[in-house]
Amino acid sequence: MIGKNHLKAYFWTILFAIFIIGSLALSFDPGLKIYANFSEFFLEMITFLPLMFLLVGLFDVWIPKEKIEKHIGHGSGIGGTLWVILLATLQAGPLYGAFPVAYILSQKGASVRNIFIYLGVFSAMKIPMLTFEIGFLGLKFSILRTLFSLPIFITIGFIMERYLDKDYKVTT
Amino acid sequence: MFFDLLPSLLTVLALVSVFLYLVPDETIILLLGSKSGAMGIAIAAMVGSIALIPAFIAFPIAKILMVKGVSYPVVAVFITTLIMVGVLTLPIEIKYFGKKAALMRNGLSFFGALIVGLLIGIFL
Repeated sequence: MIGKNHLKAYFWTILFAIFIIGSLALSFDPGLKIYANFSEFFLEMITFLPLMFLLVGLFDVWIPKEKIEKHIGHGSGIGGTLWVILLATLQAGPLYGAFPVAYILSQKGASVRNIFIYLGVFSAMKIPMLTFEIGFLGLKFSILRTLFSLPIFITIGFIMERYLDKDYKVTT
Repeated sequence: MFFDLLPSLLTVLALVSVFLYLVPDETIILLLGSKSGAMGIAIAAMVGSIALIPAFIAFPIAKILMVKGVSYPVVAVFITTLIMVGVLTLPIEIKYFGKKAALMRNGLSFFGALIVGLLIGIFL
């Protein structure tokens, strides 16, 4: 059933769809170019997003809460930080793809600090992206940018932990 | 969970598509290539924070900037704000993290990106 809430949530998508259909019908050039951009990003999204949700699902079913709490939870120390760094660097995709993973980690008891270190490392230090960056901008620039970024993410993690509530959780 | 996220994702994708049409690569290169020093850094930070450019398009743009002689700190600040700060994706981030955490993360990342640029300038 399509309710009023659905209509509201998809308002911009529907408006965009009408614009694209109109552009296709009238061969409106800017609309066609925007549509070409959109198809490309849509393809990217439907190739990586199911994987992210699969990962989230597996995490949910297979990894018990106690494990997450023990390894990357409150008081997990440097070991926990190393775990989230490893997890984040092995992933791919845009930052919004990391939000669902952050959600499940948080629900399972990961500490606030580690959640935000995970987000930072995911955004700037993913290995698939890094190889691409090295190809374009060179090894020296890419490695230096990565090395300088890491302590900043860790600092941001500590600051977030300091200023957010003790029982802060990522929600949907 | 996927279907809760879908409408905001489609909106962001539509936004990115319109953004890239209105602000083509040449405009970004013109904006970032014309100024150097503190002004160049400031422009790079602002463009990087607001722009919605996927990494696979951003790196080729950054390469052109480097070839054109734009300084390393400016390129570093542009890349770092681009991947870490998302003004246009804030609504999605707020849904997950709440207003306070989302604003804090973006604000801290913005300053973090400036520090990365500064360090790149010292070491490269």
